[in-house]
Amino acid sequence: MPGMGEGLVVARGLRKSFGAFEAVRGIEVEVAEGEVFGFLGPNGAGKSSTMRMIACVSPRSAGELSVLGRDPDREGPRIRARLGVVPQLDNLDIELSVRENLEVYGRYFGLSRRHVRAKAGELLEFARLTDRADAKVDALSGGMKRRLTIARALVNDPDLLLLDEPTTGLDPQARHLLWERLYRLKREGVTQIITTHYMDEAEQLCDRLVVMDGGVIVAEGSPAGLIERWSTREVLELRFPSDAAPPVAELQPHAERVELLPDRVLLYVPHGERAQAAVHAAGVRPLSALVRRSSLEDVFLRLTGRTLVD
Amino acid sequence: MVRVHGVARVLEAHLRWYRRNWRATAISSVLQPLLFLLAFGLGFGSLVGARAQEATGGADYLVWLAPALLAMSAVQTGAFEMSYPVLAGFKWRRTYEAMTATPVEPGEVALGQLAFVTAKSLLTGAVSLVVIALFGGVRSVGVLGSLVAAVLTGAAVAALVMAFAATRQDEGTAFNAVFRFVVLPMTLFSGTFFPIATLPGWVQPLAWVSPLWHGTELARWAAGVGASDLVLLHLAYLLVLVGIGSGLSMRFFTRRLTA
Repeated sequence: MPGMGEGLVVARGLRKSFGAFEAVRGIEVEVAEGEVFGFLGPNGAGKSSTMRMIACVSPRSAGELSVLGRDPDREGPRIRARLGVVPQLDNLDIELSVRENLEVYGRYFGLSRRHVRAKAGELLEFARLTDRADAKVDALSGGMKRRLTIARALVNDPDLLLLDEPTTGLDPQARHLLWERLYRLKREGVTQIITTHYMDEAEQLCDRLVVMDGGVIVAEGSPAGLIERWSTREVLELRFPSDAAPPVAELQPHAERVELLPDRVLLYVPHGERAQAAVHAAGVRPLSALVRRSSLEDVFLRLTGRTLVD
Repeated sequence: MVRVHGVARVLEAHLRWYRRNWRATAISSVLQPLLFLLAFGLGFGSLVGARAQEATGGADYLVWLAPALLAMSAVQTGAFEMSYPVLAGFKWRRTYEAMTATPVEPGEVALGQLAFVTAKSLLTGAVSLVVIALFGGVRSVGVLGSLVAAVLTGAAVAALVMAFAATRQDEGTAFNAVFRFVVLPMTLFSGTFFPIATLPGWVQPLAWVSPLWHGTELARWAAGVGASDLVLLHLAYLLVLVGIGSGLSMRFFTRRLTA
């Protein structure tokens, strides 16, 4: 059992309540140096509350928490000096230029003007915003603003980068560019904690993640490990005419698990094509059939108790 | 916990913002006292003429009015700058959230905001003073003291309005109510345009609680056109208000930014 202070973030029995509502209900987390760690879960799962506690802007209600080896309740400013925070909603100063946003933010950390000026140039390059350096932030696209927010979070060369839903609301192209930048940071050894409700994002970025639901952690592991533990290798997706009930009873013997969704039936199977053949042989005629690899989405469906047929 | 360097960093960020955006408010904040000066000092002043000197203790009405206008202007700047802009810091621009993700603490955000508004009212007050001097409203170098008194008065009101703004979830009618039912009566009945002694006796206690009355008395004393007997009381009253407003603001900022 590792003691407090070994990981960059260590939480034991961590809780957060707002009045009678308990947003985080006793979680255990340990994030190691250099890893990209994810909090995955639906809205209201307690991810953001957890992030705010780690970011030292929200005192914990109970339990233990250590960030960078220190107690947020006692050494908040000192910890925050070593953190980079990308909030869920951009809070850039839209009345300042792109470069000014970086420089002003750097000064909050007490960095010298000269250092901040040089750093801003470097970060503009990183965020691919050099040619927009003197534009007002107001004029940037959503993806550019997000990249600027991430660049801003790096102004103090943080030991730990906290990203709260970094790509929510971005178009696919902007997301991929952002993922690429985050991957580059990972290669440079920047420890990252990411919250997301996008399964593909968690699979792309995270070394290890926890799935949260209703303020508790329901599973923990690597994306591949979670899929292996909680799902099958492949999924056979079948669609049936909307006016007839799907023949669930006939399908059940051919799958480890059957998931009935409003628009389709998911069969969790080791071999999709074999299962498809077996289903066909049993006389089931779906409108369409699709074989795909299992994803975190499937893990999530399983874990959050939305399984209708098991 | 409040550290001087934390407050200084917040102030610096505001000043940097102001350097880029000062044009939007500069004209109006100097123009406003100038309009009052023209309307009352020159227009109304010429009407009351020599008769006014009974009330002003022998000073020209314009010279008597000038220090009070500085105080009035600082109060209006302070109240306005702490209403919508503070709510914007929490809610629309969310700059406070950005600041407190860094080593800066919420209390430092509040005091930095107060420092900025105070610096701004010093700046616009100084420009107004030059304009007033050009119109002949200045007789003594003591008006520099009036400027300090005015800025202190503005800070007292600013600190209190900031504390109030920090408790608002949306602007609603609250700020307008403050402007209409607090700031406007305060500007009219704090002895700016006529001594409060000319008001009915039952109204006068209202002036005694008004920071602007204390600030006006102080500003006039500094300019050599007012009484000196209650100077320390005026000063103490304003300092206490600054302290109360700052303390409440720090508490409300902390509560709101560290939920």
